Amino acid sequence: MELLGLVNYALFMAIFICIYALLALGLNIQWGFAGLFNAGIAGFFAVGAYTSAILTTAMDPDRIGGFDLHFIVGWIGAMLAAALVAWPIGKICLRFRSDYLAIASIGIAEIIRLVIKSEPALTNGARGIASIPRPAGDIGYMESQIAYLAIVLVVLIAAYILVERQFNAPWGRMMRAIRDNEGAAKAMGKDVEFRRLEAFIFGAALMGLGGALFAHFNRSITPEAIDPMVATFLVWIMLILGGSGNNRGAILGAAVVWIIWSVSEIATDRLPHEYAVQAKYIRLFLIGLMLQLVLRFRPEGLLPEPLRGDLRSTKPGADR
Amino acid sequence: MLELDELVMDFGGFRAVNGCSFRVEEGSVTGLIGPNGAGKTTLFNLIAGALQPTSGRIRFLGEDVTTLASHQLFHKGLVRTFQIPHEFHKLTALENLMMVPPSQPGESLFSNWFSWSKVKSAETEVERKAYETLEFLELSHVAHQRAGNLSGGQKKLLELGRTMMTDARLVLLDEPAAGVNRTLLRKLETKIEILNKERGYTFILIEHDMEMIEKLCDPVVCMAEGRVLIEGDFQTVRSNPQVLEAYLGETTGDAA
Repeated sequence: MELLGLVNYALFMAIFICIYALLALGLNIQWGFAGLFNAGIAGFFAVGAYTSAILTTAMDPDRIGGFDLHFIVGWIGAMLAAALVAWPIGKICLRFRSDYLAIASIGIAEIIRLVIKSEPALTNGARGIASIPRPAGDIGYMESQIAYLAIVLVVLIAAYILVERQFNAPWGRMMRAIRDNEGAAKAMGKDVEFRRLEAFIFGAALMGLGGALFAHFNRSITPEAIDPMVATFLVWIMLILGGSGNNRGAILGAAVVWIIWSVSEIATDRLPHEYAVQAKYIRLFLIGLMLQLVLRFRPEGLLPEPLRGDLRSTKPGADR
Repeated sequence: MLELDELVMDFGGFRAVNGCSFRVEEGSVTGLIGPNGAGKTTLFNLIAGALQPTSGRIRFLGEDVTTLASHQLFHKGLVRTFQIPHEFHKLTALENLMMVPPSQPGESLFSNWFSWSKVKSAETEVERKAYETLEFLELSHVAHQRAGNLSGGQKKLLELGRTMMTDARLVLLDEPAAGVNRTLLRKLETKIEILNKERGYTFILIEHDMEMIEKLCDPVVCMAEGRVLIEGDFQTVRSNPQVLEAYLGETTGDAA
């Protein structure tokens, strides 16, 4: 493990943090601001990843496409596809109260995963889609990693700015009001059903984009990658740990949790071989443990929801 | 302005509102009284569109609004408050008011990205109005507190404040005085009177505080067991033996 190896590892980690930060931002729109308990992040992640893969790969007679389009088209397509999938799901499921929505969305994500796994014509079944072009992928290995990190970072910053603006605008205020008290928001003339659908679709589009960035980074996508453990629950911990209702918290949470998650893998790999395989499953326990600790000791997250509106001027003491 | 025609509301086998009819004239302050469980709040929920009646019709400003949802009624000028304050607890008091005005340009995702200056100028205007309202309600000092941290009485005032952030025609107040101390109560009465006289709001008021009813309301409608027992001015209603019976369960004694 020399310097080069370490740098490479850091780059790898940074790219993943950016991708997860996008997912956490998407979830923050849905949960942190609209109060929608979406436990089906993996589903939208998968739709985005596969859409972009199909749009950008070279022609393959065994399945639909590929269409060999530019990666930007693929990424926009991924967002649109995730949004389109979210629309009917939201239309049906957003009538449920939070915990029922969680159950419904978990189920839908599993349906999406199983369809992808067993459907050869569209997604190439269990073998997945390989040789997805990576932007700036044909230069040297290290340069390519750096270039990809730069691209992902730009996407993340753009998404952060766009989302943050919405939250400080009347749209965000309205969404938070709906989250805090649905009945009163209705009585104040807000079309709650429509607005929730809007937030659900907006969040899903970001999740789809996250999926696309992941697929292009890995250069391939298989059904194994859309395991709900890493694609849904890890994101939830990131958001809760970082602070739901706070976009910077979502990004910070993604960084902290991913570093713990990723370093724990190195730790388990160092164990003697006979334990190393079993120890991998201990990491799943780690997810639950982290969630419990955060909820017990800091339920509002590392960076709690800020007071918004016209209050950049007020002192922090004003909030309790 | 508002006509209720034979409204019936069933909850399973329980009939909460049972053929209730009355009219509310524009510019009036109508008091709605009656013992607990008379169906007053259910009636409010029906008028405000939070519940759909089992049968009967509601007409507002000459239009049949029986099947409209509460957010649609709001846009027609019908605003309500809640018996238990329904504040947006994580929003500041100021934001609680600022979210009210209908059709703000900043409520559209696209204008926030593409016509920010329009959003900002509308926002300045809404903010000014919200500060004015807070001033009127003497809540300026808590403008930047989370609404969930306000006292019960302040939350009540904030509820009233929300009705002032839009061009309301008819305001439904559900027990504005409950849990509010005497001094604040007198203040509240004055505010309601000012809103009625100066801004031309029509009010329907559910209240158990008879002093407040006497001071503000004409006519007074008394409900019992889901229907209108009697309506008229305060003295008529007060001295009616049926009202005494409904409140006290017997024909002697002093109502209120």
